[in-house]
This record gives sequence, C-alpha cells and structure tokens, in this order.
Amino acid sequence: MAARTLTPGPSRRRRRNRVSSVWWFVLPAAAFYIFAVIVPSVRGASFAFTDWNGISPTKNWVGLEQFQTIFSDPYGSVAIRNTLLIAVAVTIIQNVIGLLIALGVNSRIKSRGILRVLIFAPVVVTSIAVGFLWKNLFAPDGGINEILRAVGLDGLAQNWLGDADIAIWAIIVVVIWQFSGYSMVIFLAGLQGVPEEVLEAAALDGAGPVRRFWSVVRPMLAPAITINLMLSIIGGFKLFDQVFAMTKGGPGGATNTISTLIYQNAFQLGKFGYGAALAVLLTILVAIAASIQYRLLSKQEG
Amino acid sequence: MHRYTWRTGVLEAVMILVGAIFMFPLYILVTLAFKAPGDQTNKLLPTVDPTFDNFTQAWQSGALGGALMNSALVTIVSVTAIVLFSAAAAYPLSRVGAHWSKFTYFGFLAGLLLPAQLALLPLYQTMRDLGLLGSLWSVIIVSVGSSMPFSVFLYCGFLRALPPDYEEAASLDGASAFRAFWSIVFPLVRPITGTVIILNAVAIWNEFLTPLLYLSNSSHKTITVAINGFVGQYGAQWNLIFAGILISILPILLAYFLLQKYIVQGFASGLKG
Repeated sequence: MAARTLTPGPSRRRRRNRVSSVWWFVLPAAAFYIFAVIVPSVRGASFAFTDWNGISPTKNWVGLEQFQTIFSDPYGSVAIRNTLLIAVAVTIIQNVIGLLIALGVNSRIKSRGILRVLIFAPVVVTSIAVGFLWKNLFAPDGGINEILRAVGLDGLAQNWLGDADIAIWAIIVVVIWQFSGYSMVIFLAGLQGVPEEVLEAAALDGAGPVRRFWSVVRPMLAPAITINLMLSIIGGFKLFDQVFAMTKGGPGGATNTISTLIYQNAFQLGKFGYGAALAVLLTILVAIAASIQYRLLSKQEG
Repeated sequence: MHRYTWRTGVLEAVMILVGAIFMFPLYILVTLAFKAPGDQTNKLLPTVDPTFDNFTQAWQSGALGGALMNSALVTIVSVTAIVLFSAAAAYPLSRVGAHWSKFTYFGFLAGLLLPAQLALLPLYQTMRDLGLLGSLWSVIIVSVGSSMPFSVFLYCGFLRALPPDYEEAASLDGASAFRAFWSIVFPLVRPITGTVIILNAVAIWNEFLTPLLYLSNSSHKTITVAINGFVGQYGAQWNLIFAGILISILPILLAYFLLQKYIVQGFASGLKG
C-alpha cells in the first residue's frame, strides 16, 4: 500500500498498460455479436429496399416501394394500429395495476411476502405456454365463460378470440396478467427508497394517504416509473409469442402485430423484402421510444 | 402507523383476492391437467378423481423429455459462454480509457436498440447456408450473440463502480493482466454475474421464435418448439395439452420458487443501469 501511495504515477500507468494488453478479451464477445446481430441487421435493413423472395438468386432494387406497401396493405395498417394499441394500453393498465399492487404489498399485511412471490411468478413462465393456456381460458367453453355463467352473467359469455374487436383486448389482458408482477417489483424497489420518517412526518402534519402518496411517494418513484414505461412500451412493440399462440394474428388478420406480420410474410408467404421493411419500421418505433426514455432519464438526473 | 388495524385487515382481504385472480389461470391449468378426458364435472372445481394418464401420454407422444434436455443444454451452454465472454469484454472496455474501447462499448450498446426481428431473416439464411438448421448450435450462437449488448452493459456498469485497487495490488505483486482478471476481478463481480445468469437463463429457456425457425423441422427441438408442435397435433384434447404445458413450465416454475429471492432481485437490479 505504502509503495503505491508513494509512487502513484508509474503504477497507474503500468496498470493501464496491463489492462490494455488484454484488449483481445473483447474478441469472443465481439465475434458472436457481429455475427448474430450486426451483420444480419444491416443485411436485413438492406433487403427492405428489394423485392427478394428469400429463395430466388436475383433481387431487384425497388427503393421505398415496400414501405409504401405497408401503408396500402390493409393487413399492414391493422398490424401497426394493433402494435401501437397494445403498447399504449398495456403500458398504462399494467403500470397502474403494478403500482396499486406494489402499494398493497408494501403495507403491513401478513400475506405480503407470499403475494409478491405469486404475482411475479407469471413473469418467468414461458410466453408461448401462457398464450396456449389463455387460448383455452378464452374459448367458448373455457374458464372465463364458466366463471361468467357461474355468477349469472351468461349474457357476457362469448367467443372472445373469435370476435375481431374483442380478440385484441383479450391479448392485452394476457400481457397485463403476465407482466404486472414485473411492474410491481420495480415499483417495490422504488418504494423501499421512500424514508419512513418522511411519511410519518407528513401524516403528523395531517396529510391523508392520497396526499402522502401524491406529494411524498410519487416524486421518489419517478425513476421506477420511467423504467417501467420503457419496458412495457418496448415489450409491447415486439409482442409475438402470445399472439402467435392465441390467435396466429386472426380472425382475418385482426390481431396481427408487426412481429406476427413479419413472420407470416417472410417465412410463410416468401415476401422477404416486405418482411424486412416491416422489421425496419419496428426498429424505428423502438428507437423513438428509447430516445424519449433517454431524454426523460437525463432530465431527471440533470 | 405500525399497528394492524381493521383497515389493514380490509387491505389484506382485497390483496388476497387480487392474488387469487392472478393465480386463477394457473389453477385451471393444474386442475384440467389432472382431469380425465371424459370427466364432465365443472372445470372450475378441483378434480375429484385426479389422473396421471395425461402426463404419461403427453410425455411420450410429445417427446417432452428430450425437448427438456435440449432446452437445458442450450440454456447452460449459452449462459456459460455469455458470462465468460461478456465479463471478459467488459474488463478492458471499462478500464481502458482509449478511443477504441469507448467506440467498442457504444458499438455493443447500439445492439440494445436493434429488435431481433431485423436480424431474423438474414440470420436464417446464414444458418441454412452453414448447414446449421436443425442443430442446437444455431440457437446457442444466436442466443450468445444477441445477449452480448445487455450483458456487456451490466458488467461495464458494475466494473466502473468497482475501485481498481485490488487489481493494482495484484499487478504490483507481478500478476499478469489475465491473471488479475481471472483471480481478482471475476470473483469480485459475482453479484452482477448472478444477475446476468438469471436474466439470460430465463430469456433463453423461454425463447420461442428463434428455435421455432431453426429447429421445428428437426428431431432436436427445444421445449417451447416441442409444446407448440404438441398443441398443434392434439388440437382440442385440452386435458392432454394442459398436462404438456404444465410439464413444459414446471422446470422454470420450480427454479423460480426455489430461487425466488435471487430471481426477483436479478430482475429488479438488472434494470437500474
């Protein structure tokens, strides 16, 4: 220790040199990353400007034609609308539910420990299995309708996934069920940073629970809110597994998301160019969401 | 504020109801999986006459045992490679203040913005041209590559906050940079290694689209692809399907309930960066 404090200069320089000597430590990570992400992403983006079918040896440059197709194709506009609807609806509802549950299990109730464990459990469950499970729950003779009939609401029982207007909301319900526990956990981490004394002082000053939440707790939850919004927006944009399992994009394309449409076009219809254009559009949406989040976060810190 | 009042009691009742609503789908899953196909009793009620037949049939006809092994293999090999490669890459990237390391770091971060869908189509062709379709290696390679941005990001964040004193001391004692990394730095970053393992293991075990594209026509399926094929094959036999689904999610649920403290921590701490 003494030698190091006496001669800080040389030892520091030597350490730098030593770490620099292992620059090749980056190589395995970079090799896999470039092979599996960078090169195919760049190639994928370039396919978006061609009419390639994925098999034929020739592909023609078509400029922005594929992007125009997205907006003239009825499936394309429905998929975009669904993707945005899912992202917005899931983000709002999931975070409100997650926050309310977090406040509930951050209290003195005796079951708080077990409730946290149970409500987070769906987060780790395989999405494709979750989709199949809920496909049955929403079936005409499935669990949801059984419950409605059991409580005398027979009139509400219906074929949830067969109706174009309702099916998309059924998918939204599933995503909210699966990931509210995730929002809860992030909010709980934020709530644990709220000092008990401040809350007690506010209570002594006569602030009720709502006032205490709005004036004391909410400002301290700002980072948790930003992270939660970001996770649910990006998760909503990319949604694939649950839709694939529940409806395959049907009925009649009514529940397609951009992701399911990419899959259908590229791998079932042989429209590689069109699928690639949809993927580029998805990338732009994700990038916009991420840059908004980056601004919000730096505003909070600055 | 510290007492358990009647208000707390009401809140407790409401929260237990909320918990029950969240558990309802899993309750139905378990109940139906144990019901015989001909059982006409109300499906909301617990099974009076539970049977294991659905499970044995699902296990055999869905080849679920082999699929679980494949998923375990893919997850273990991928996560091991991810931990070693991303920790190693993060060491010079977080410690060397040169242009090349900053540039490389941001190159990795750019990957956080790229959705997998963009790389999906060209990667599929590359795998086909390399003759890797149907091989678990295709899924492993893609999993490792696409996990790099987030894992490198987590390790770099942790290493920047870690003072270099221990490595310096080791350097003074004559340890090589390689030795300093392996014997000093890697053990010190253990907390973030736990997070990297948990987040990647859950994601890779549950991954569906990539293995679906690469493995669905082969005999080497992961559990997500196997369950998709199984559901397609047994259409309306829901008792059988639910047994298969239950088998497929049981490993991850067991791991969760055994390690829930660490898993929840891993999910919460991985996001603070």
